[in-house]
Amino acid sequence: MLLNVGPSHPAMHGVIRLIMELDGEKITGVDVEIGYLHRAFEKMCETMMYAQCFPYTDRLNYVSPLINNVGFALSVEKLLGIDIPLRAQYIRVIMSEISRVTDHLTCIGATAMELGAMSVFLYMMKAREFLYELVEEITGARLTVSYVRIGGLKADLTEGFADRAFKKIADVRKVLIEVDELLTRNRIFVDRMKDVGKISAEDAIAQGITGPFLRSTGVAYDVRKASPYLIYDRLDFEIPVGSQGDNLDRYFVRMAEMEQSLRIIEQCFQQIPDGPVAVNLTGCVIPASQMVDSAKMGQTEGLIEDEVTLDPTLQGSTRKYHDAINADKKDVVLPAKEDTYGNIEGLMNHFKLVMHGHGIHPPVGEVYSFVEGANGELGFYIVSDGSDRPWRVRVHPPCFPIMAALPKCLIGGMMADLVPTFGSVNMIAGELDR
Amino acid sequence: MTPLQRVQEQFSAQIIETQAFRGDETAIIRPVALRTIAKFLKETPELDFNFLMDLTAVDYLFYTGARALKEFRFEVVYHFFSLKHNHRVRIKVPVDEKSPEVETLCDLWASANWYEREVWDMFGIRFKGHPDLKRILMYEEFQGHALRKDYPVNKRQPLIGPVN
Repeated sequence: MLLNVGPSHPAMHGVIRLIMELDGEKITGVDVEIGYLHRAFEKMCETMMYAQCFPYTDRLNYVSPLINNVGFALSVEKLLGIDIPLRAQYIRVIMSEISRVTDHLTCIGATAMELGAMSVFLYMMKAREFLYELVEEITGARLTVSYVRIGGLKADLTEGFADRAFKKIADVRKVLIEVDELLTRNRIFVDRMKDVGKISAEDAIAQGITGPFLRSTGVAYDVRKASPYLIYDRLDFEIPVGSQGDNLDRYFVRMAEMEQSLRIIEQCFQQIPDGPVAVNLTGCVIPASQMVDSAKMGQTEGLIEDEVTLDPTLQGSTRKYHDAINADKKDVVLPAKEDTYGNIEGLMNHFKLVMHGHGIHPPVGEVYSFVEGANGELGFYIVSDGSDRPWRVRVHPPCFPIMAALPKCLIGGMMADLVPTFGSVNMIAGELDR
Repeated sequence: MTPLQRVQEQFSAQIIETQAFRGDETAIIRPVALRTIAKFLKETPELDFNFLMDLTAVDYLFYTGARALKEFRFEVVYHFFSLKHNHRVRIKVPVDEKSPEVETLCDLWASANWYEREVWDMFGIRFKGHPDLKRILMYEEFQGHALRKDYPVNKRQPLIGPVN
């Protein structure tokens, strides 16, 4: 019997169509059809200036958008050959790891919900909310963050952020213990997950699978260890691996990884270099509009000492934060807001970076840069022709090879096993279809 | 010896050009040698490229970068990765506009299957010997190949539902 599942089906979170060949309840063949969320990401990036691509990257893996931001920024920085300040690197790692936890929480929560454990889903969403609050505090958005900039970050951490983060981490840990108690020795959950959706390490490697899916088969490949980027080589964390490559192992790997990510965040807060401490005693704090007005009328005396108050979406990008989180490159990084508003040099610098035809001009060349996304290796291949727009941006989406291998996991199993297996794949249509 | 040097040593006649930019090593090879070199990359123990991490293509129509107008319009780009040795290499194959076709690598790396379908879908480059070369992100009725540089960004086509 041929059975069509999707593209819009309650058990398929995300638009995807599976055409299944069934013999009774046994699956004998699967045809995976993707592309329902294709938004021409790669084509759009070719028409945009480098900095304008960030909002598009938010929408790749929309459960952990900060990792996409970081991945794209790192690839353009590799193309430019620039380094960013240490503090910015730590902040990038903190935000990436928060995103990794939200991603895994969503994945496990959704899988459990589809197996009937509704309360687990709600607990997980509650924990995710704790972390989204942290993300919101720093970036100003929960999902479409566009927080990372080429050569740095949009804003520094807020004051007292570390303490609030520690509190939230403790809350998340509590939820993880609760969930662990609810699921790990739960007969129904284990029976549905164990030995279901199996894949061998050889098959996973041949299919090019990375991330928790590969690690559940016992292969300890993690970009953060294999080729450490940012400051991952200064941190102490482990790579959890499974042995069976089934759904249950993927659940265990993800649960263990969340704990490791929380550990990383804690270490980052201990190691991070201090942010702004110097208080400027001579200048005063004035609204941005007032600074713009006085600068326009030439009343610039003493303006260089002043600090502006900004709209909440721009908070943390004033001069006192600027240098600690941005590379010292005028041809890449936007100037601090006081300079843009208060003097002509800063204004010109700003315009030279945002006007079409100006902007960032990387050298001619091509790079492939990769980070550990929540689902595996997230790569960006950028070809530059020396202009202000990328000639080609290619994303290597981590769940693309996993979806290609989905028939391997499903064939031979029962129809009902589709639900947990598909859940543990953690398909994100945004990055799959781009 | 880096993987690139090893390949260069073995196949010097088949390599058109090599590049190293920001630590990424690249070899541009003759299309006829693709499968031989790919097999060599996979099966030589000191290279052991067991991952085909990424496969894509680039359209160089209207390209005005440092290089003069290219002889071939497309380049198919392969990113290989070795888990054991933790090294990477990029192989590029120039493809002619008139007969855009290269050999498939499906039988060597299973991951090539969907990647090659995507390249066919987006660039219209055929892969000889691919078991099931059909569109993957777009629908069968879609006209043209969207990531070609002569496909207008704003072009709209009627959206057609799934066909059984």
